[in-house]
Amino acid sequence: MTVDEASPEGQRERERLERAWDTQPGIVGWLSNIHHKAVGKRYIATAFVFFALAGVEALLMRIQLARPGSHLLNPDLYNQIFTMHGTTMMFLFAVPVMEGVAIYVVPLMIGTRNVAFPRLNALSYYMYLFGGVFLYVMFFLSMGPDAGWFAYVPLAGPEYAPGKRVDVWAQMITFTELSALLGAVELVVSIMKMRAPGMSLNRIPLFVWAILVDSLMIIFAMPAIMAASSYLILDRLIATHFFNPAEGGDALLWQHLFWFFGHPEVYIIFVPALGMVSTIVSTFSRRPIFGYTAMVLALVSTGFIGFGLWVHHMFATGLPQLGLSFFSAASMLIAIPTGVQIFCWIATLWLGRPRLELPLLFVMGFVVIFLIGGLTGVMLASAPLDQQVHDTFFVVAHLHYVLIGGALFPLLGALVYWFPKMSGRMLAETPGKWAFWLLFAGFNLTFFPMHQLGLRGMPRRVYTYPAESGWGNLNLLATAGGVVLGVGLLVLLADVAWSVRRGAVAAASPWGGDTLEWATTSPPPEYNFVYPPTVGGLNALWVATDQQPVVAGLRSDRREVLITRTVDAQPDHRAVLPQDSIWPFLTAVAISFTFVGSIFRAWFVPVGAVPVLIGLVGWFWPRGEPLPREEAAPRRQLALEDQP
Amino acid sequence: MSFGLHSAVDPSGPQAARIAQLWWLMFWVSAGVFVAVTAFLFVALFRSAVSRQRTAGRAEAQRRTGAVVGGASIVTALIIVGLLLVDVSTTRALATAPAAAPLRIEVVGHQWWWEVHYPDETPSQAVTTANEIHIPVGRPVALELTSRDVIHSFWVPSLQGKRDLIPGHVNTAWLQADVPGLFHGQCAEFCGAQHAHMAFLIVAEPERSFSAWLADQRRPATAPASADETQGQAVFLSLPCALCHTVRGTSAWGQNGPDLTHLASRRQLAAGTLPNTHGDLAECLMDPHRVKPGVKMPPTPVESGLQALLAYLESLR
Repeated sequence: MTVDEASPEGQRERERLERAWDTQPGIVGWLSNIHHKAVGKRYIATAFVFFALAGVEALLMRIQLARPGSHLLNPDLYNQIFTMHGTTMMFLFAVPVMEGVAIYVVPLMIGTRNVAFPRLNALSYYMYLFGGVFLYVMFFLSMGPDAGWFAYVPLAGPEYAPGKRVDVWAQMITFTELSALLGAVELVVSIMKMRAPGMSLNRIPLFVWAILVDSLMIIFAMPAIMAASSYLILDRLIATHFFNPAEGGDALLWQHLFWFFGHPEVYIIFVPALGMVSTIVSTFSRRPIFGYTAMVLALVSTGFIGFGLWVHHMFATGLPQLGLSFFSAASMLIAIPTGVQIFCWIATLWLGRPRLELPLLFVMGFVVIFLIGGLTGVMLASAPLDQQVHDTFFVVAHLHYVLIGGALFPLLGALVYWFPKMSGRMLAETPGKWAFWLLFAGFNLTFFPMHQLGLRGMPRRVYTYPAESGWGNLNLLATAGGVVLGVGLLVLLADVAWSVRRGAVAAASPWGGDTLEWATTSPPPEYNFVYPPTVGGLNALWVATDQQPVVAGLRSDRREVLITRTVDAQPDHRAVLPQDSIWPFLTAVAISFTFVGSIFRAWFVPVGAVPVLIGLVGWFWPRGEPLPREEAAPRRQLALEDQP
Repeated sequence: MSFGLHSAVDPSGPQAARIAQLWWLMFWVSAGVFVAVTAFLFVALFRSAVSRQRTAGRAEAQRRTGAVVGGASIVTALIIVGLLLVDVSTTRALATAPAAAPLRIEVVGHQWWWEVHYPDETPSQAVTTANEIHIPVGRPVALELTSRDVIHSFWVPSLQGKRDLIPGHVNTAWLQADVPGLFHGQCAEFCGAQHAHMAFLIVAEPERSFSAWLADQRRPATAPASADETQGQAVFLSLPCALCHTVRGTSAWGQNGPDLTHLASRRQLAAGTLPNTHGDLAECLMDPHRVKPGVKMPPTPVESGLQALLAYLESLR
């Protein structure tokens, strides 16, 4: 059977799909929307709002530190601001924005119509949103956390942090860890079970591989912080003594638990960026990525080794020498898979015909900046050197080189790359290039001098410093760089705001990419594909001919998707995805009520369980029409011709 | 004000020197790697269309590139192993204290000051001071570090790497100054509102002047000599000061704040926040929260006796 989207039958199919996947208008419809593209875009937009807030906090800190002995911010406010900056960037921007991009792109890239558990997906977004809003409401009420984004005990414990500030922090962690876990679970299942027929493991695009590794890392890393933040809350609320040395607890236990999550967290932010870079390098070199297998292995081994490095955050705590050397070795080792990937990207560019358009420009900025961050990372992996520069501005420089260079630049490149797909319009390139150069120059101006500040003895997290220290001029330079960085971001924001309305209309595949998201219109319809595609090779669209089969035979009058087998992606069975529902939103409200209340009174936990239960009952209440008898009979054959 | 040296790359002791060597090795290796990788990146991006034509689609070019990528990966691994060996040997060297009999010093971290003990076999000969640590030049110093409240970190950039002070743990470290001088030390672990003002001073001096200093510190406080000082002492003992501070030889035996027995002999006030001058001392007494917002010391409710109190404190040499 051949199918043609333009034929009358294709037209009818399209109309049926539109009815089945339509969302309700109005505010209730908006809150009930469980489409992955809507949720993904909300994730990204929300994350950038938090990014802007954290950026303002960063500028306030830079202005405070521009001169020695400044009195702009008092220490109480400064400590809240640096805690909010770190917490926001790590928990409310970097991780969610990567998940948001994945939620938007992955189902398109694997050629399906939604994620595996769309309602869970919506719940995950609302938990993230409410957690972030909760944190900022408390901050504006002067109840913002002030013990650092790492909340070391005993400073964050009941004795030295009375009041609710640290409880706010710990409970915000609960919100975001729940959200990240839900997102990760649904991405893993989608990638394993919903890939287009023919997309066997060895044909999965590298971005999807990166997201798979990343989501599995989230699933293994989050329980550690979940345990840690729960212990902390219990210590604070009901006087358990997990971290109290006077009662047999241990202050170092917190650090082990926190960094067992905290270091993989860095890779959770970085691994999706690797996938983005591979995608962009391949598309703009106009050739398949060099060393696909090596790249996949590098991603997977990064995921494993990332769990064996946490002690390098604790080199100054007085651990035994052998332990230090072991973790030094693991920390240095991780440079090897990263190196392999950089070499493969260079080889791809070398053998291809690169076009230096805006997304690739951001990726080139990434390579240069990240390389510096990676090399200082090797230095920090060395225990003796780390004992000198640990907790100084050298580390501030390093981590921004790694996170801004390693994650923000690829992310911006990826957003420029997928902007036409998401908005249906092209991003204006000239202001984009201006923005890039401002960001690149501003970034280096801000953070490069910090290496020297750290070596010359300036510790982190100080709200001021004496003039005699001689740190004033480098700090002034860094502040000036921060302003340039901010201007660059504003230029990019203006470009996006303009292009979303006035940009040139985008074709289905403006860059000539090889992955399946470019096989549908820009922006894609709610159901993504009229006929879901199949895959005949690693670079799906580059190897596809006119004869490449599509998936037909799925029912189009309800939300049906094709489930394929994990390894070879051969069709397995059909599944029906749920209808839009307000219940994920209501359940999120109920859970948030419980979480927020429980930092004030422990009895909110049992009391809050009631609305949560009501929410879940509403969520799972069977309300679709029962299957007609003949539908329950043997399944229709999938009309898949010449399976690849 | 006396502000000590504070640079990790300008070392004045054997440990910092060893680490600085490691730093320069790492720096030059990193610089080499950075230049090589960016050079390849630029050529890959901008090499001419003609040379691209030659390699386009050729299986041999593909193989050659594969060999280069493989080679580069192996070189990366070798560099990593090399650096690791240097790292491990440095770790060992730093952990091994020299044979010479070390001077023992105990340091206890507090929010936001440093309690310093020079223990002695005869308990009455032990010395307690704060925020200013005198050490003899050329002799290793064995440190025992702990904390009474939150986690702090002991760091003298010119002499040694950091070591944390953790409540419930006693960490050991050693350091040594090869030249006499003032070295700036600083808490490096975020410890609350006044983390920024938790500095200390290492005074490295020849063995003889160190011994003289230690002998001075062993003495109880000087008795008031003038009428002003006598009145000041009475003010001090009648105010809440004595609840937190110790002045040995008087009835002031408080343990929550720095020992003031020889306050006037110290170069700085409030853990390196201000120089120890008349005006600054007055400010610290009258309005400590202006000097160090959030500090645990309340303003001193002194009305007419301020000058006498200052005179007394300044006599505590």
